[in-house]
Amino acid sequence: MDIVQEALSGNRLALARLLTQIESDTNEGREALTTLFPHTGRAHLIGVTGAPGTGKSTLVNRLAHYYRHPPKDQSPKRVAIVAVDPSSPFSGGAVLGDRVRMRDLAGDSGVFIRSMASRGSLGGLAHATAGIVQAFDAVGYDVILIETVGAGQAEVDIARLAHTTLVVEAPGFGDDIQAIKAGILEIADILVINKADRPGVEITEKALRGMLYLHKPTASELHHHGGMNAMPANGMPDDEPVEGWQPVIQRTIATEGEGVSELVEHIAKHRTYLQESGVIKYKDRVRLKTDLDVLLREMLVARWRNDSNEQKYQQVLKRLVERKISPWLAAQELLSKGDEL
Amino acid sequence: MSMTDRKIRVIIAKPGLDGHDRGAKVVARALRDAGMEVIYTGLRQTPEMITEAALQEDVDAIGLSILSGAHLIIVPRLMELLRNNGQEHIRVFVGGIIPDEDIPRLKEMGVVGVYGPGTLTDDIVNDIRRAVGSINPI
Repeated sequence: MDIVQEALSGNRLALARLLTQIESDTNEGREALTTLFPHTGRAHLIGVTGAPGTGKSTLVNRLAHYYRHPPKDQSPKRVAIVAVDPSSPFSGGAVLGDRVRMRDLAGDSGVFIRSMASRGSLGGLAHATAGIVQAFDAVGYDVILIETVGAGQAEVDIARLAHTTLVVEAPGFGDDIQAIKAGILEIADILVINKADRPGVEITEKALRGMLYLHKPTASELHHHGGMNAMPANGMPDDEPVEGWQPVIQRTIATEGEGVSELVEHIAKHRTYLQESGVIKYKDRVRLKTDLDVLLREMLVARWRNDSNEQKYQQVLKRLVERKISPWLAAQELLSKGDEL
Repeated sequence: MSMTDRKIRVIIAKPGLDGHDRGAKVVARALRDAGMEVIYTGLRQTPEMITEAALQEDVDAIGLSILSGAHLIIVPRLMELLRNNGQEHIRVFVGGIIPDEDIPRLKEMGVVGVYGPGTLTDDIVNDIRRAVGSINPI
């Protein structure tokens, strides 16, 4: 039995090794994703983002624990956690410390935690995060919690990957101007005010509540901001559903587990909304289209670099550095004249 | 990204009951600066927790920081678990307060390197690179 079949049949060691192949973008990893892809689309993907120190890891720990030990009338879910921390821009190394807050989950074979370094990717996720999530989905995890790098104002990638996006705030992390800046708050399906026992929680909630009534982007805006502006719009489905979800605010004290059952309820309501409104299919399509476009871009560039004349490239680069041509002209020249010297 | 970009992944764990994690953090940082991905698991880890984390994270090496004197209890248990779980490919390193006479016994159990106070972090980095590179050339 090959490693993919072993992973599908529940072998955790095989799954772990497969994740490494996917993360390293090896041929084996790509082939595995091809085999796994038809099995995906069942899990609920929950993104958890927010500034460093707001308590994301502790909250993820509590959420996973709740899904494993739900009230008597519900059955426990299998939970995968993908926790992304930053890579050093200098050495390429990383210290991945999210497991420190997830000790409660040790010894539970229904939980699989994988730490990832961002490896130079911006936007709060690593390049391979989507692939890792697909693998967890395919082998049968019901809930996948994706914890982003703790940056704070530009991690909108998570909103495309996840079905439900939690943005975690904490009292004392910025005034109401921070709350109306564009970016991360706009992607929240659920706003979590963690550390709600801290002073200033009313002010934080008031600021966030005010922001929520100002603007919530439609799914097409979200797509548009994904950097794919150059692509023609005709790939978009015509039947974009109307956004009918009003983001909710939930206070939690993750260290004590307070507010967690209410938060899980909001997440379930959001999932029901996604399914009943058809938004989930739309989101899926947008996400896959974005993935496809990114792949196309990478492959086209790689193919072009493969076919092109390195000497010519260096010449153009030299003239660019000497300010003789602009970056736009340089690209124009390299593309239009092809490879002839 | 090519296959040669595969990062060395290491778990740094502190088994046992003492709370002195400065050494573990210094080593974690040194490995980071050497370009490795270090999964830091924190204090009071059992051998079961460490090997399970090592499995999920698919690490190449485990670094244990032990200052409690329990190394002759913790290390054999950990090595046994690695064998039973099919994780023999993981190289194990131990740092902390280890009496000289115990070092040969730890190495007999399969520990690659033992590091006491005053060790240069560069030596640890080089030992890990050598041990991991030779057994896991993916």
